[in-house]
Amino acid sequence: MAEKILMKGNEAIAISAIRNGADGYFGYPITPQSEVMETLMKERPWLTTGMVVLQAESETSSINMVYGGACCGKKVMTSSSSPGISLMCEGLSYLAGAELPCVIVNCQRGGPGLGTIQPSQSDYNQCVKGGGHGDYNAIVLAPASAQDMYDFVDWGFDLAFKYRTPVIILADGIVGQMMEKVELRPEKPRMTKEELLKVAPWATTGKTADRPYNVITSLALESDVQERFNQKLAAKYEVIKENEVKYEEYMTEDAEYVFVAFGCSARIGEAVVDQLREEGIKAGLLRPVTLFPFPTKRIAELSGQVKSMMTLELNLGQMVDDVRLAVNGKCPVGFYGRQGGIIYTPDEIVEAFKKFNNLK
Amino acid sequence: MKEEIIIAGFGGQGVLSMGKILAYCAIMQDMEVTWMPSYGPEMRGGTANVCVIVSDKKISSPIVTKYDTAIILNQQSLDKFESTVKPGGLLIYDPNGIVTPPTRTDIKICKINAIDVAAQVGNAKVYNMAVMGAYLKMKPIILSENIDKGLAKCIPARYADLIALNKQAIEEGMKQVEEL
Repeated sequence: MAEKILMKGNEAIAISAIRNGADGYFGYPITPQSEVMETLMKERPWLTTGMVVLQAESETSSINMVYGGACCGKKVMTSSSSPGISLMCEGLSYLAGAELPCVIVNCQRGGPGLGTIQPSQSDYNQCVKGGGHGDYNAIVLAPASAQDMYDFVDWGFDLAFKYRTPVIILADGIVGQMMEKVELRPEKPRMTKEELLKVAPWATTGKTADRPYNVITSLALESDVQERFNQKLAAKYEVIKENEVKYEEYMTEDAEYVFVAFGCSARIGEAVVDQLREEGIKAGLLRPVTLFPFPTKRIAELSGQVKSMMTLELNLGQMVDDVRLAVNGKCPVGFYGRQGGIIYTPDEIVEAFKKFNNLK
Repeated sequence: MKEEIIIAGFGGQGVLSMGKILAYCAIMQDMEVTWMPSYGPEMRGGTANVCVIVSDKKISSPIVTKYDTAIILNQQSLDKFESTVKPGGLLIYDPNGIVTPPTRTDIKICKINAIDVAAQVGNAKVYNMAVMGAYLKMKPIILSENIDKGLAKCIPARYADLIALNKQAIEEGMKQVEEL
């Protein structure tokens, strides 16, 4: 078995990027994700794999450097936390509009505005519904452990290139700052030029005599061209919804009540389920691992089996809208959340759950 | 077995690294661990704390509000965490700088004068290992051989000569911890 190393989620992102053949990282420091770039700078991958690591002058610059690298078919990424992600949203829209693959890590902190540096999940709507302007979605993955942080970088790049789309790893201050055991998977080297041409024939790698120019742009002045492109994106998102939904379930087989929670909240939710089961209440948990695409079908199925559902979110209730759409009135859907960087305890969730369900 | 521990004190006392070494020792014993530091405003005010959970089973929530053990290295942390120890739990503190000692009677309270231990061993930097030794004496959850392995993992190779010193501090901490 591979060696297990104790590391922070943020360190796992950095180590995974190097070991999975990332070509470039461009970022700007912000709590609680600064360890991503700190670790990359310490590891100095430019001396080993040749990976570029660069501290830009702002998040706006980082995301546009990502755009540039992605145009060349490179595996490029950035990371930030909530206010920094807001600055990147213009670039995110352009990346989606130009169908460029990249990985963006958002280690969320409380907002709005400069907010707090403590953990939060209040960027759900921003990241899952768009963030930038225009009709687009990014694939959104929600890690709940340091191992997820490690694994999702590679998975994110695979999805990004498979669908030519930005992929967001929607983490939070807990998952980023917490240390856990991480198993280092076998290394993947950086792509060679030949591999790159095969994986990304659309990339601007220099025109050769045997093909026309590759043009990467998000500009379409003619309305019919833009509409055709929008419909192409829509078709792509349908394929993603069909093929890439991922979720985990905990004790849902006989559950009469199901919690829905992602990221760090899913772990706290597991503790809540254990506590309720000890009292003889049949509770279970569904953890969406992908937030876009959302496990709508599975939630709809479960809603026919349970008395009620409840989402747990470190925000004012954002994912709950998507759960209500999936449930479509088949059972009551509640929400419990904390804000401002406060983390709920299993005890207070149990109390809120009982109040919602009129249980003693 | 599941042990939920809060370690709290001033920045520079080695609170976070003690947590890390403890976590690594537990990993060497094939246990699951989480290590969740304070990184918020309290850290910027000079105090530091870390919640370490070690368990035989997968750990769900990495954040808890009641602890099996509190390891306390300054007055602010004692004020904040004394009430969070579960009944029957353990509180270990360093009496240096403590004006108002702990008063609870439903928990086990131990004292370790770790500054003295570090002075005896001859290096102030092993202060936190003296405290860890006191803890591992009261809660022998880690086998001695795994403490060695955990230390070796945490101390960079260029400081390998310091492993013995750290081990000595752990052993002295084990000897000098006082149950009240």
